[in-house]
Amino acid sequence: MPIEAHSRAPLFQAVASETPSRRSVTLSFNGEALNVPPGISVAAALLMSGVERFRATPVSESPRAPYCMMGVCFECLVNIDGVPNRQSCLVEVVDGMQVRSQEGARDLQFDVPLVQVLEVQP
Amino acid sequence: MTLESVDVVVVGAGPAGMAGATDLAGLGLNVVLLDEQGSPGGQIYRGITLAPLSRRDLLGPDYAHGNVLAKALADTSVRHIKEAAVWQVSRDHQVSYLHGGRMHTLQARAVLLATGAMERPFPIRGWTLPGVMTAGAAQILLKSAGAAPVEPVVLAGCGPLLYLLGWQYLRAGVPIKALVDTTHRDDYWRARRHLVSALRAWPYLRKGLQLMRSLRQARIAHFTGASALAIEGTDAAEALTFTANGKAERVSTRCVLLHQGVVPNIQFSQSLRATHAWDTQQLCFSPLRDSWGELDVPGMFVAGDGGGIGGAQAAALQGRLAALGIAARLGVLGAPQRDQRGVDLRQELNDNLRIRPFLDVLYRPRDEHRIPTDEVIVCRCEEVTAGQLREFVAMGCAGPNQAKSFGRCGMGPCQGRLCGLTVTEVIAEARAAAPGDVGYYRIRPPIKPITLGELAGD
Repeated sequence: MPIEAHSRAPLFQAVASETPSRRSVTLSFNGEALNVPPGISVAAALLMSGVERFRATPVSESPRAPYCMMGVCFECLVNIDGVPNRQSCLVEVVDGMQVRSQEGARDLQFDVPLVQVLEVQP
Repeated sequence: MTLESVDVVVVGAGPAGMAGATDLAGLGLNVVLLDEQGSPGGQIYRGITLAPLSRRDLLGPDYAHGNVLAKALADTSVRHIKEAAVWQVSRDHQVSYLHGGRMHTLQARAVLLATGAMERPFPIRGWTLPGVMTAGAAQILLKSAGAAPVEPVVLAGCGPLLYLLGWQYLRAGVPIKALVDTTHRDDYWRARRHLVSALRAWPYLRKGLQLMRSLRQARIAHFTGASALAIEGTDAAEALTFTANGKAERVSTRCVLLHQGVVPNIQFSQSLRATHAWDTQQLCFSPLRDSWGELDVPGMFVAGDGGGIGGAQAAALQGRLAALGIAARLGVLGAPQRDQRGVDLRQELNDNLRIRPFLDVLYRPRDEHRIPTDEVIVCRCEEVTAGQLREFVAMGCAGPNQAKSFGRCGMGPCQGRLCGLTVTEVIAEARAAAPGDVGYYRIRPPIKPITLGELAGD
């Protein structure tokens, strides 16, 4: 059951002096299709598409969205094409990309020995 | 995993990294430049080679200057590897990074860390709510996507970047609901003794005055001396509340952009166990360096804001000085030539830095917005409040590293990047100790998240 993406009007939009791009990229957020300009980050694309809540925290499940847009805060973590914990401010949009909000799970690991439990590649 | 030998690895393609790498290549060295972004520029010149002319014009001439550095870099033999996530730099000059899902390690003879600055944390009530971002984040959206807030936005805090963003929004026709400035009359009074020095950096000062004048002329609601900032909202930001001129104010908005200066990004220099000191003027930790930028780890150099905040022009000059220092260390340049070539650069750097004491004092962030009250979340990842931190101290927690075991503070995905300074200052205040004695988180690689699958390679 897709979670409603367009709960409100977008927080950000292109400024008036921007020439609209002739090309657009289609991606999905929680199953809902979004058309966005090419060459921008996933975080920017979601903010310009009315996505207000990117994830919920593992501790209290409170809503979070991008704070720094430069890879420092990790608030913009989403699941992209099945891979969790992607920093959406550092990933460029690609046609057909499937993005999902990340709900609560504390599954980002920095501690290398712990990671094998989470990810075993064939 | 592949291991390749190079002369110098430069980490970060902002002004310091671009200028440093360009000069290193000019000195005949084999240079690899690693950067997280898809194009050069760092955060200050983000997207400079890709931005359409209209956007470059909107952002102003200081931004456009980044293209000079980017062009110079493109004309060299520097191998610029884009979208590379550096996750480890070792004391013996090995640099490991993830690129295109594959792990690589370079063995360098020297490393130049040019990882720049990050926004100083602004821990106030409600700062974790969607709709609350940094002014730097909003500027990145403008530079990289040409995007700005839809509804009237509130800019809050202090410092040149906040006013610059306001000026850029005015030019772009973006409605600003209010500028809530935390700078107090007393701050001007305290800063006045640095004014003579600042006047010698007149171009900076003039630009600043022009920015402030255009903001005033635009007749935006402008509050000064604001204190007790807090964000209201349940699932997202609804309003900014504060006190100004003794009166409680409330400005409703869906978008609050916070800023109270930038601080050095010290993840790598910390992970190298280089010596860091508390800067009482800039209220942050910075690594100790010699006059060429070399740390007390031989062959490891730092240039730009990662070593202390000086701005983009100072960063480029420091990058060039570090290139000379590295060339001398690698035997490409004799010490006398290094010193001689460094004279003019050093003079220009010193001229550039003359404005800093004035700015640091004038825009010194308020204590209450750095060392928050008990209910405010300090560690956003693990949702640890200032009150909990103070309880840890009462139970014997002496510093940031112990705070991790007391309550997972600093152990979330950001690895303490965002809460580090706040945690140090809250503990220092609670212990009545100096921040320098309380210290900082011990940073361990991987600096960026990696999986075992990625580590195993193939």
